[in-house]
Amino acid sequence: MITLFDKPDNVWELIANGLPWTLTLAASSLAIGFVLAVGLALLRLSPITPLRWAAWSYVYFFRSTPLLVQIFLIYYGLGQFEAVQKSVFWPLLREAHWCAILALTLNTTAYTSEIIRGGLQAVPWGQVEAAKACGMSVLMRFRRVVFPQAIRQALPGYGNEIVLMVKSTSLASTITLLEMTLIARKETSATFTIEPLFVAAVFYLAINFLATRGVMALEYKLSPDLRDAKRSLPLPDQEPVAR
Amino acid sequence: MNTFLKTITAAALTLAVTGPAAAADWGKGSTVRIATEGAYAPWNYTDSSGKLVGFELDLAADLCARMEVECEVIQQAWEGIIPALQAGKYDAIMAGMSITEKRMEVITFSRSYAATPAVFVVKSDGPLADFKADVDAVTMEELTAGETAAIEAVKAAFAGKTVGVQIATTHENFLNEVLAGDVTVKTYDTQENLDLDLQAGRVDAALAAMSYWKPLLESDNGKGLEMAGPGFTGGPFGNGVGAGIRKEDQALADMFTAAIDAAIADGTVSKLAIEHFGFDASAKN
Amino acid sequence: MSEALALLAWGDGGWGDEMVFGAFVTLQVATLAFVLGIVFGAGGAAIKLSKVPGVPLIGDLYTTLIRGVPDLITIYIIFFGGGQAAMAVARVFGYTGYIESDPLTTGVIALGIISGAYSTEVIRGAVLAVPKGQIEAAKAAGMSTLTRFHRILIPQVARYALPGLGNVWQLTLKDTSLISVVGLVEIMRQAFVASGSTKEPFTFFVTAAVLYLALTSLSNKVFDKAEIWANRGVRRV
Repeated sequence: MITLFDKPDNVWELIANGLPWTLTLAASSLAIGFVLAVGLALLRLSPITPLRWAAWSYVYFFRSTPLLVQIFLIYYGLGQFEAVQKSVFWPLLREAHWCAILALTLNTTAYTSEIIRGGLQAVPWGQVEAAKACGMSVLMRFRRVVFPQAIRQALPGYGNEIVLMVKSTSLASTITLLEMTLIARKETSATFTIEPLFVAAVFYLAINFLATRGVMALEYKLSPDLRDAKRSLPLPDQEPVAR
Repeated sequence: MNTFLKTITAAALTLAVTGPAAAADWGKGSTVRIATEGAYAPWNYTDSSGKLVGFELDLAADLCARMEVECEVIQQAWEGIIPALQAGKYDAIMAGMSITEKRMEVITFSRSYAATPAVFVVKSDGPLADFKADVDAVTMEELTAGETAAIEAVKAAFAGKTVGVQIATTHENFLNEVLAGDVTVKTYDTQENLDLDLQAGRVDAALAAMSYWKPLLESDNGKGLEMAGPGFTGGPFGNGVGAGIRKEDQALADMFTAAIDAAIADGTVSKLAIEHFGFDASAKN
Repeated sequence: MSEALALLAWGDGGWGDEMVFGAFVTLQVATLAFVLGIVFGAGGAAIKLSKVPGVPLIGDLYTTLIRGVPDLITIYIIFFGGGQAAMAVARVFGYTGYIESDPLTTGVIALGIISGAYSTEVIRGAVLAVPKGQIEAAKAAGMSTLTRFHRILIPQVARYALPGLGNVWQLTLKDTSLISVVGLVEIMRQAFVASGSTKEPFTFFVTAAVLYLALTSLSNKVFDKAEIWANRGVRRV
């Protein structure tokens, strides 16, 4: 996909070669992770105890261990077994980028499910009762009343998660994926200057700036009732999320 | 922004590099801090008791005794080993580091204590298993017709394959310079991670020093692996392995050179090389 | 299974003691970096809350840069460039020797800078949460700035900041794994070395995960206790 051989003279162009992989990793893991996270959040709130417990354990494991450990477990750990190498999953697991997407997805699913769970729990119970009284089915209540409000509620937290995932893609550099960080590291060790690392940092800042602006615009659009005439855009939530 | 960053980086670097030289006085009994990676058996590695051992650890002990200095060995990740030397975290590098022109631009070296060709290793049941070249050794300077043919044979056989290499090594430079465009290069933080991927079949071949491969291939960990093609020396591979030292500390480099001369002359280096590598990888004069 | 256990044996034959030793290094780096981060965080919050025009921008720059750039890149920059930058500064003041910096110190500084950016936001939020009226009342009661600070502000800021700082602690603890790539022998680096030497990465990365789980779970308990203690005088709603 990307070649380093036709080496551009300009370090900016060089680092930009890794941009497609950085964006692919972040976008695909966030997209798949979001869908899985909605399911996981519902399991966390399920009345069936084993399901609730399983979901809790999943979230606990992925939030309590470093992403780097998770990436290495999947890439080097699973790759060690001949059974895995002979399995149908090997064509995927042998590729660094699929391992990276898998690890990032599993990780963001755990964090996002907590954000969505918070959003779901913030929906006033009275509204659900009112919807019931109107004769709405479970599915319709979820689709029309609970989910839209939960998402709006969860949006600031999710904005943080997007930034964290963009940053996390840099860990794929430890499993040979030529995204921006690895290109910068290679160039740094070849030229003995840290300029390439600074250039990569600027790229990440730019992506994160655009992403947070996007989330803020979406938040504005989804909150017509909360708009303050004096303030054009709501400020993003500044709560840190542990990773 | 570009220029701004350049200026800041350059300012920081120039200040650091052009500041008054801080060459210490390496007299009798002074302490020399030597960095090694600890993940490049049998040159330097960590045993299960957490101790740093290997050819270079034994050699360092011998050289320090000859130089009449106290030595302290520091473990340092390979990728930052030159910047950290310049930053003064330690005074010398003994980590299987080849003496290359590129590295000579930023640091200096003692004379070489070992020389070992680079060679590809492949899986015995992999796609490159039967690859052979007509010559055993290629010196990457003033190529003979046979050597040129051997390189072309490598290019043809490896076309479209994936080759793994450790980041920031002469082997990586070689792949980028010589096999550019023909193969996909995968770079690893450590040689040991590359070995794991070679065994797992994620790379078709790996390029590293013969002295690293030989003991590995003879051990349990090297089962199912074999060398392929000629051994490469010279050119991008540099002129043997030496101790890397800050340019300001030429005096220390000279002390290392004298000690290495003596250790080569009395056979100590050969003895240690045979003990650790299974063959005499000591540098010849 | 028994093979895996043999790899994790205690003593010279196995890697069990090395892994546990790595956990102690992890805990040490994380604790030092977290404390340094709180110092940076308090300073950062003070800068961000400053009423002098332009000054809060410096704080914004710090938090925006650190929180927008991958921690791995920040760590590489500090490791590769930090020593030289520190020497450059030292030379301005006439010091010409080399500054001693082992991986532990550099790791603590790098992680402290990262952790400090997150602590800045937490502490700033906590300061803003203290009702203005209380400060005004303290002023009216004739308290000096210092007394107001340590009697009214600090105790409440500590209480409000505690949950957020718990998050920052978890982040710092997990971020220590990144220091492994630059050579500090903590849990992760020990797992690299052991799996390289034994070709059994699965065993060692699972062990690493278990050690991190243990560390995060134990420290969670500590923070829960601290929160209960800090809220001992507060009415439960």
